[in-house]
Amino acid sequence: MESVKEVLTGPILKNNPIALQILGICSALAVTSSLKVTLVMCVALTVVTAFSSLLISAVRNHTPGSIRIIVQMVIIASLVIVVDQFLRAYAFAISKQLSVFVGLIITNCIVMGRAEAYAMKNPPIPSFLDGIGNGLGYSAVLIAVAVVRELFGAGKLLGITILPLVTEGGWYQPNGLLLLPPSAFFLIGMLIWGLRSVRTEQVEQREYKLARHTAVGEGA
Amino acid sequence: MEHYLSLFVRSIFIDNMALSFFLGMCTFLALSKKMNAAMGLSVAVTVVLAITVPLNNLIYTYLLRDGALAWAGLPDLDLSFLGLISYIGVIAAVVQILEMFLDKYVPALYNALGVFLPLITVNCAIMGAALFMVERDYNFGESVVFGAGSGIGWGLAIVALAGIREKLKYSDVPDGLQGLGITFMMAGLMALGFMSFGGIDI
Repeated sequence: MESVKEVLTGPILKNNPIALQILGICSALAVTSSLKVTLVMCVALTVVTAFSSLLISAVRNHTPGSIRIIVQMVIIASLVIVVDQFLRAYAFAISKQLSVFVGLIITNCIVMGRAEAYAMKNPPIPSFLDGIGNGLGYSAVLIAVAVVRELFGAGKLLGITILPLVTEGGWYQPNGLLLLPPSAFFLIGMLIWGLRSVRTEQVEQREYKLARHTAVGEGA
Repeated sequence: MEHYLSLFVRSIFIDNMALSFFLGMCTFLALSKKMNAAMGLSVAVTVVLAITVPLNNLIYTYLLRDGALAWAGLPDLDLSFLGLISYIGVIAAVVQILEMFLDKYVPALYNALGVFLPLITVNCAIMGAALFMVERDYNFGESVVFGAGSGIGWGLAIVALAGIREKLKYSDVPDGLQGLGITFMMAGLMALGFMSFGGIDI
């Protein structure tokens, strides 16, 4: 039995869902251009992952193996509908900005992945914590990317000007690339590079070893 | 006709599912190591998209949308909140039926697609296309064209990435970037390339 702390904090650095398990990348790229939207997305995903793990784990002994995917899908989809309706009622502007990505939490591999890999084999309470932990790991990456993108792309954080822009009489020349979608790829790539430089056990093996350069030098 | 043609080209290049909306990224990154797998997957995704988007369109128009149930004598009913659960149900069912159909009648293709068919259920490109169809209010004809076009666009992107990755395995990549990291960088560069289509207005 893993300790509570291990289950909760493990996914943040050691077993990060985005950087190591390659889960849930779609939304990580698409919603990170402003911090506010990102925060809402993170909360939504964490809530859905935690409660879907809890519920799936609660019914795990009554679910026949052959229809478990459908059962999981129905539980996840119902939770996402609740979150979606909640956002539409209380945060309509943000829900418009997130557009299809709230709905896409259903197919977000983190939710399904944790349900399959953890909740089907563990009791409800650890599954709930595992869901929160993975939600936090996802949030950590998203928030890091969103802070860089909004701060250096628009000079703002949460809509408050931090670096006054040249166009508004300040000194900061914004990096427009960071507001464009492809920049998220580079930022996450860099983040993975940084994480794996520190934790070298996460580095993937090369498929081919490079042979030493044996060509004979000039004049020899 | 011209309208459909322009929608088709738009959904392949300008609104590319993988590279401008980042949908289906998990499979896009995880299964682009081998050319054959990428080819099989792109065919499967295109077929499933071309079937599910129009099907979901019919369900939305005749069952879920505000006042859609007028034909059943319930003109005030708005079931659109049931959208998410019905789309995912349709997608899961279509994938399952397609799998059984191929197994029985086209075993060659079934074996070629293998494990990728069931994986498609959780591919966000499929679900995303259904949600975009609702958000942009496409009619039936448009949703057929949009489904097929976005499938081809997604397939094109993953095949291109697989081609690059096959070459890339011989290159000397820094340790930390090996594998996933460098793939992110490549996908970013490809997305920048695809952004250049954005200026084209058809």
